[in-house]
Amino acid sequence: MQHIIIIGNGISGVTAARHIRKLANHRITIISGETDFFFSRTALMYIYLGHMKFEHTKPYEDDFWAKNRIELKRAWVEKIDFAQKKLHLNNESQAFSYDKLILALGSTPNKFGWKGQGLKGVQGLYSYQDLENLEALSPHIKKAVIVGGGLIGVELAEMLHSRGIEVTFLVRENSFWNQVLPPEESAMINRHILQNHIELRLSSELDEIIGDENGQVKSIKTKSGEIIDCQFVGLTVGVSPNIASLRDSFQQGSLETHRGILVNEFLETNMPDVYAIGDCAEHQNPPTGRRAVEQIWYTGRIMGETVAQTICNRPTAYSPGVFFNSAKFFDIEYQTYGQVPAQLPADESTFYWEHASGEKCIRINYNTQIQSVTGINTFGIRMRHEVWDKWLSAGKSIDYVLENLPQANFDPEFFKQHEAEIIAKFNQETGASLRLKSKKGIFSKLFQS
Amino acid sequence: MIQKFGLTLFLAAFGLFVATLGMNEFRLTSEILVKNIKAEQVQEVQKQLAPMMDKVYSNGFAFASDLTSGINQLNKGYDAVQAWDKKFYEDNILALTKASASGYLTDNKEIMFFLTFVLGILGGLIFALSGLQTSAGIKNNGVFFNPAMARKWLGIGIGTFLILFYIALYFYPQFIANWVMLTDPVSQFINGGEASRWFMYGFLYTISVLVMGLRFIVNYRHSKYQVFRTLSVIFFQTCIAFILPEILSNLNLPSADLKNMWPLDYSFFFNYRLDKLIAGGGFGIFLLVWGIFLFLIGTPIMVYFFGKRWYCSWVCGCGGLAETLGDPWRQLSDKSTKAWKIERYLIHGVLVFAIIMTIGVLYTYFTGSYNLLGFIPTEWLKSSYGFFIGSIFSGVVGTGFYPLMGNRVWCRFGCPLAAYLGIIQKYKSRFRITTNGGQCISCGNCSTYCEMGIDVRAYAQKGQDIVRASCVGCGVCSAVCPRGVLNLENAETGTRIMIAPEVLLGNGMGK
Repeated sequence: MQHIIIIGNGISGVTAARHIRKLANHRITIISGETDFFFSRTALMYIYLGHMKFEHTKPYEDDFWAKNRIELKRAWVEKIDFAQKKLHLNNESQAFSYDKLILALGSTPNKFGWKGQGLKGVQGLYSYQDLENLEALSPHIKKAVIVGGGLIGVELAEMLHSRGIEVTFLVRENSFWNQVLPPEESAMINRHILQNHIELRLSSELDEIIGDENGQVKSIKTKSGEIIDCQFVGLTVGVSPNIASLRDSFQQGSLETHRGILVNEFLETNMPDVYAIGDCAEHQNPPTGRRAVEQIWYTGRIMGETVAQTICNRPTAYSPGVFFNSAKFFDIEYQTYGQVPAQLPADESTFYWEHASGEKCIRINYNTQIQSVTGINTFGIRMRHEVWDKWLSAGKSIDYVLENLPQANFDPEFFKQHEAEIIAKFNQETGASLRLKSKKGIFSKLFQS
Repeated sequence: MIQKFGLTLFLAAFGLFVATLGMNEFRLTSEILVKNIKAEQVQEVQKQLAPMMDKVYSNGFAFASDLTSGINQLNKGYDAVQAWDKKFYEDNILALTKASASGYLTDNKEIMFFLTFVLGILGGLIFALSGLQTSAGIKNNGVFFNPAMARKWLGIGIGTFLILFYIALYFYPQFIANWVMLTDPVSQFINGGEASRWFMYGFLYTISVLVMGLRFIVNYRHSKYQVFRTLSVIFFQTCIAFILPEILSNLNLPSADLKNMWPLDYSFFFNYRLDKLIAGGGFGIFLLVWGIFLFLIGTPIMVYFFGKRWYCSWVCGCGGLAETLGDPWRQLSDKSTKAWKIERYLIHGVLVFAIIMTIGVLYTYFTGSYNLLGFIPTEWLKSSYGFFIGSIFSGVVGTGFYPLMGNRVWCRFGCPLAAYLGIIQKYKSRFRITTNGGQCISCGNCSTYCEMGIDVRAYAQKGQDIVRASCVGCGVCSAVCPRGVLNLENAETGTRIMIAPEVLLGNGMGK
């Protein structure tokens, strides 16, 4: 029986632990310095908003771990001795030995060396500690500046706004999240953010953060020279693999890193018996169409499921299926399946439909030559993951997909359906004469697999 | 601003409502006794209540206390000589109290009704409609900071008030005689008579569902499912449960809440009710047949097609109050596995109790024998079920515990009809809550806002459909999910995913 130690109790580490336990009898220990128990990081915003309390964000009851013989250790790992296969913790004198080690260290918010970025009242939003700090500061914040237009930035804007705080949102790009979203979708989110009383400043960059005599932030200066008074600065300019704190151990042990910990297709590092998964891992040969560093809840979970197989003697390559992701921008839900890059690829065509309200839209990209769909963005309309996964895997044609679009509809009963309008627009744009062939609902057991 | 105004107006009206308990003078006279109790008992009652007679009480509480203890003494005496039909019950005591009242309130019921009920409703409506000022979409901001909604001081206060109200309503209505009196104008208007305590209760119940239903619709106006469901519940409470029975009795027909069925309507098969229906002509027979059809045939068919939600969150009166008045507290339901274990024993236990009790009652009705199986007194079964389940569990705990344990304590732990519907839903129904592949981010909103205490997230995060006996299909989990992972659907029973897949969709592992 081996001792498998997992550093990090986020979705990646915990999924690995659960799946290893399902497959084998190894001793499993999860070490975390952040919290005693696994919690859903995606839910941090809801704690601040008052939708939930911290305990509601724990996906498993506290006795789940003992019941499944997964030991939990609350500690920071200070040093990893790869040669001896030992860990040194901050709160224990004796070292922990491992047979196999999984590094699931997560991310850390980026800081790009701005003057004043170390002042009080300046922070990112990633960890539970970040949330606690923000909560403690909140009663004293009247105006806040958020730097960086992405998923965490827009969530932080919603959070601060809920406390009656005036928010100025500095976005470097000329449209929100337009490195990921095509222009129309990005424009929709711009409008929606403004409608929610957030002062969205596009093409606006942070120059420096200015503090008062107590080391507390009091204002910021933009690159155009404007001074904005504030008592809080949220730095949401992306995250990076959380490897800095163990850099010495990695160097001494010659564990190869780049932006993250380098892993092969089996999620193995260059060190035998050491694996890395989730946000902290960097794929040397990412699967086609995938990034080297994937900082998404879903891919972290998939890596956890996969590495467990390899560790339990069933070597399995990381092969995530059709890409998918989701988010929510204030009141607009977003789902994406397949690949819908910000810039349309040369060999693809795109079909875009937007609802009259300007708060719902879909975009389907498809290969111009063979007409097979390559990806979909959907805003404000829920879609079935299973259906799009099947359609994209099978390379169904744009015609087929549009004619059967109701099959993919996952909106609740009585919600207005837009497929007729959507297909009419496509027909009008392309001269096609497609007709709806399916109904909304589950009609076949075949889809359930 | 408007929200604060509405709330202030409501609180002022509510404050006045509570204060009306201190209004009126009370004086028991022999004329009142003559008018309200049987002639042959007047003398002995007068003797027992001698210290009270003709005394002017400026305090309704003191009057009711003295009257109650006097009557209790009398009843003890009757018990001793087994003179059961001479005993006095709550309605008698209430009638005496109401009759003994005089003062500003008695003389100005319409004005007082306006200042308490009408202004209170107006304030409530303004408060409810103020939600239109925020954009459409889920707005649970501040729920767990709210002193009323997060089981803090205000919630505990409201819970205490509700519990005391129910105890008074069921067992000591004489202490809230002034409240019953406030609704006399409405009762006179609708059926020409003075309000009974049940009329007052029905009226309060209906306007709660109406006003709080409107609040819910405003808050969930982005979801047609929620809007339609709430309109349905408002319709069934206002028209079917409140107005229609009044119309029927005005037409001298046997009166009934057509949507109420056994075993929730636990006295349906009691002797006095069966007798009344049989004596009620064609319409009475119709009601008898309808009542039996509803639970024997109608219900299983509806649950097969739609799940138990067709009743529990679209039609039922208890459910209607829970979804509207109880909405601020749905997040207080206990999500633990321990609570689930207790739930399963308790709710099925009540169903068994209800069945045995009804068998006993029917046995007595048809055979005249008072003992089921020779040794179980059916009267005892009847009265203990009525007291513990019908009054305490369903009433006092059912609603009184809203701000303390959530809005569905009765539905989840006690309702025998829910147990029956749940068994059908679990094993043979087209209903399920579908989970959307691998999209769950385990945030926990679904579990938090599930009023039945189902750990919805546990299913969603492993890709298993939610098929649970307790699910009433309110749809709030689907509404609060930020990633569109949950959807209430009806489809072929065989398409329900009852076992979690090995690995979630999205992982191409092994393919």
